[in-house]
Amino acid sequence: MSGWALLRLHAILVYLFMFLPVGIVVVLSFNASQFGSFPMTGLSLRWFEALWHNEAIMRAFRTSFLLGTLTALISTTLGVLASLAMVRYRFPGKQAISTLLIAPILVPEVVLAVALLLFLRALGLPKTFPLLILGHVIFTMPFVILVVQARLASMTSHVEEAALSLGASPVQTFFAVTLPLLGPAIFAGALFAFTISFDDITGTLFWKPGGVETVPTQIFAMLRNSISPEINALGTVMIVLTVGLPLLGMAVARRVDSGRHH
Amino acid sequence: MASIEAREKRQPWILLSPALLTIVTLLLVPLLFIVVYSFWLRTASGADQIGFHLDNWQEALSDPFYRDILLSTLRIAGITTLLCAVLGYPTAYFVARSRTRHKTLLLLLLVLPFWVSYIIRTLSWINILGVSGALNAVLLGLGIVQEPLQMLYNEASVILGLVHFLLPFIVLNVYVSLIGIDRHLESAARSLGCNQRQAFLEITLPLSMPGLAAGSLLCFVLAAGTYITPLVLGGPRDAMFANLVFDAIITQLDWPLGSALSLMLLAVLAVVVAVYNRFIGMGQLARGLS
Repeated sequence: MSGWALLRLHAILVYLFMFLPVGIVVVLSFNASQFGSFPMTGLSLRWFEALWHNEAIMRAFRTSFLLGTLTALISTTLGVLASLAMVRYRFPGKQAISTLLIAPILVPEVVLAVALLLFLRALGLPKTFPLLILGHVIFTMPFVILVVQARLASMTSHVEEAALSLGASPVQTFFAVTLPLLGPAIFAGALFAFTISFDDITGTLFWKPGGVETVPTQIFAMLRNSISPEINALGTVMIVLTVGLPLLGMAVARRVDSGRHH
Repeated sequence: MASIEAREKRQPWILLSPALLTIVTLLLVPLLFIVVYSFWLRTASGADQIGFHLDNWQEALSDPFYRDILLSTLRIAGITTLLCAVLGYPTAYFVARSRTRHKTLLLLLLVLPFWVSYIIRTLSWINILGVSGALNAVLLGLGIVQEPLQMLYNEASVILGLVHFLLPFIVLNVYVSLIGIDRHLESAARSLGCNQRQAFLEITLPLSMPGLAAGSLLCFVLAAGTYITPLVLGGPRDAMFANLVFDAIITQLDWPLGSALSLMLLAVLAVVVAVYNRFIGMGQLARGLS
């Protein structure tokens, strides 16, 4: 076998390794049998129906959506402003600021979780939903900044300078020119923040108030018993959401992009 | 007009201030705070005793229990990183150099795992390795075993789960550095008499090292800080260091000890990051992450 054929075989096996387990979750979620395992006895949608009627799971979905949306909103706002400063301006200490901005990724999430939790306890604040949001904001913001910065760097500032020289105020220029041009970058950043927040469990288990569950922590709690077909069905729904939404977003962004060029 | 210039100078700081303020209040101050907290004591009544005590540190640093788990955590993270590099590098090389029509699809598939929930990807191995999982169904069906094998809840299944979770980080980082290499360098080496193997070893591999290093660093740090994978795929004896932190803070509510333990983890990983920064630099990491 030639070197290249070996390489291809290796790549195929690695792709299988990455996707086969996830594929099996999806397949098993349609399993008609009582137990979430092999052999499969037939196809059925009963586990999806069971999810729909499971109040705890539906509540977890609502919590995760609210958390993800608020997190995306806040961290995208903060991140876009910071990215503008980093791409558009030169100032002393920029290198250090750049490291500081991605510092939350460099600290292990467990340590970040402990630090924030203990700090708020010391201030006498109990575990609340806002604490959960703050936690999610701090670790999603660096990713927003990295994504938005990368997109911004490829955009020139000539149009904004034109608007300013034609008499628009900086605030007017921002809302009328910069913000629309930034649209795709902001969208990409927000989507990234949402999916990271929606998927998080490491920090969430530390921060969540008693009785509040997000979808990942709910799955984790259900796993304590054993793996059930319901968990596989929930996994399938999660996969459709977290894979389907970004794919849809990319398709929309591409359409908007190509519409602009014609 | 001086005022415009002054405004120009102020503007970046106005734009940066909300993000910086967030990082200072939600990350830096809390980190300083756990340093302070780690010197406090947990009294028998469950209240925190303010002061400067070295007891937590003494316990965390001298108790062989913590030391052993720290060492085994580093070992697990090291093996995971090595496996990810060995599996990931050739895959990235294949995608970067292949000329198939499906290249966009191959690339998309590399990013896709990031969007599939971590907890789902982790638990998916229970469907495969569990007593009534796919692998046992195949083995029983072929008559290779008579009784289902227990392949879960050991160190190997923890490492497997971690490799599955972290492999995309390395593949993507290596891929980005591979496509950044000028292809002419390799053909120049070939025309100067190198064979394909030599050209790869002398040119491509060294030039893609920063990507491999950045991916490996991410892999190591993320693996060393995890507690979910050992909880889902590991047995009672497969706890990693972050599990100790979780137990101290959430289960035992011993916050001073939890603080000392999380600072220990932070310090060990900071040394790893500092060594990386000394030899490769942070810029590569930011490039790979975006």
